[in-house]
Amino acid sequence: MKKILLSTCIALSSLLSLTAQPDDLAKMLEEEMSKDSEPDYATATFKTTRLINGHTVENVAAGVLDMRISHRFGAINTGIKQFYGLDVATMRVSLEYGINRWLMIGGGRSTFEKTYDSFLKAKILRQSKGARNMPITLSYLASMQTMTIPYANADRTNFFTSNMFFVHQLIIGRKFNESFSFQVSPTMVHRNLVDSISTSHDLFSIGMGGRMKLTRRTSINVEYFYQINMFKPAGTNMLSIGFDIETGGHVFQLCFTNSPYMIEKAFIHQNTGTWKAGDIIGGFNLSRNFTIRDPRESKKVKKSEW
Amino acid sequence: MKLKSILFSSLLITGALTVSAQDLFLTKTAKVNFDCTPVNPVENIDAVNNEATSFLNKATGELVFAVLVKSFRFEKALMEEHFNENYMESGKFPKADFKGKISNLSVVNFAKDGEYPVKVAGNFTLHGITKPINVDGTISIKGGKIQAKSKFSVMLEDYKIDRPKVVADKIAEKATISIIAAYEPKK
Repeated sequence: MKKILLSTCIALSSLLSLTAQPDDLAKMLEEEMSKDSEPDYATATFKTTRLINGHTVENVAAGVLDMRISHRFGAINTGIKQFYGLDVATMRVSLEYGINRWLMIGGGRSTFEKTYDSFLKAKILRQSKGARNMPITLSYLASMQTMTIPYANADRTNFFTSNMFFVHQLIIGRKFNESFSFQVSPTMVHRNLVDSISTSHDLFSIGMGGRMKLTRRTSINVEYFYQINMFKPAGTNMLSIGFDIETGGHVFQLCFTNSPYMIEKAFIHQNTGTWKAGDIIGGFNLSRNFTIRDPRESKKVKKSEW
Repeated sequence: MKLKSILFSSLLITGALTVSAQDLFLTKTAKVNFDCTPVNPVENIDAVNNEATSFLNKATGELVFAVLVKSFRFEKALMEEHFNENYMESGKFPKADFKGKISNLSVVNFAKDGEYPVKVAGNFTLHGITKPINVDGTISIKGGKIQAKSKFSVMLEDYKIDRPKVVADKIAEKATISIIAAYEPKK
């Protein structure tokens, strides 16, 4: 009986003294860090704000100006006469700015129908784990697109608003792991002016897209938009394949697509080409970031302290 | 009688070994600066983190630090993204930490104001790789407050942080890390 007591008391004391080993402090450190810790947000779900043609869930970072130049050549099946599409060029240039960590704005100009576009994109939910679990990132995109070519029918009374288009898009994305991300984007395009009373002003579609990282700095992207109702009877759905290369302050996106357009109202609903027929268009997006506002200013870190 | 004394002494030993709360000091706002700017810089590559957590046991000299890699703030958002995605792989290795001990604790008089140069030895874990390091630092006591400072360098290669050839002249091969920790007594 005495022996049992003795051994339990020795065991107990050695157990207690174990907690005083150096590991203890490390454990306490871990506990301290897990207390009131911030949610662990998923970052860099996609490399840039565009997958290929469509928007991703990503925003430009707060205080950063993103200059984008997007360029599409002609279709490869135009043959040697058009130098396999390289003679043809359409483009869009834009400036886009991150106001804070959840809101960005931007404006651009496309050669197609001499269209000006402006948009805002807001992050509503951010994918996170840890202190808060949120499986997806949800963004909302609102865009206004105005073409400035002469009115199709100059004889009738035309309004400026006749040339306007509005886009509303929800983007639901998830970074599944370090290399694979996927997103779905239900979209509505509203056309202010349509051909006849029987044509719908509102066009609906669902976009799907994913990226797979090949290396830390390159990835393969695929993007597809399914039209629920079509604008053109013989319209085709957009399918694009892209390749992202990241070099310092630039992201270079090479792509092949069956759409020559780079704004939602057109690349979703105005395509006529198909991959099968060889209407494949090569192109690239170039994104260059400029830091306008140093995000650390507010933190007031004095370098002299060190 | 014999049993009682053994019980008593074992309790006594236990008590002596257990960390005394009075000896523990904590900060959750230690500053860690990281600088990887090369000799002829194209752009400065440095970041700050004001959210490092650290414990100091003034009785034993034990010193631990931990920091979330994602909380380092860069001048350029894209640089910060690259730091996390391409170099530190913070998704896989979210923390960097140090576990060590002040090896010449006897030089520090915690009761008297002053600056005391200390030597710290321990294990530094970065990018999932743990290596023993020895660093020099200063413990300063001012009005009973403890502040620890240190500056040291690590080779990126030692911690398997890739520096691709194309950026080799834009990023220094070693990172200089500076730390300031102002401790408060652990309650």
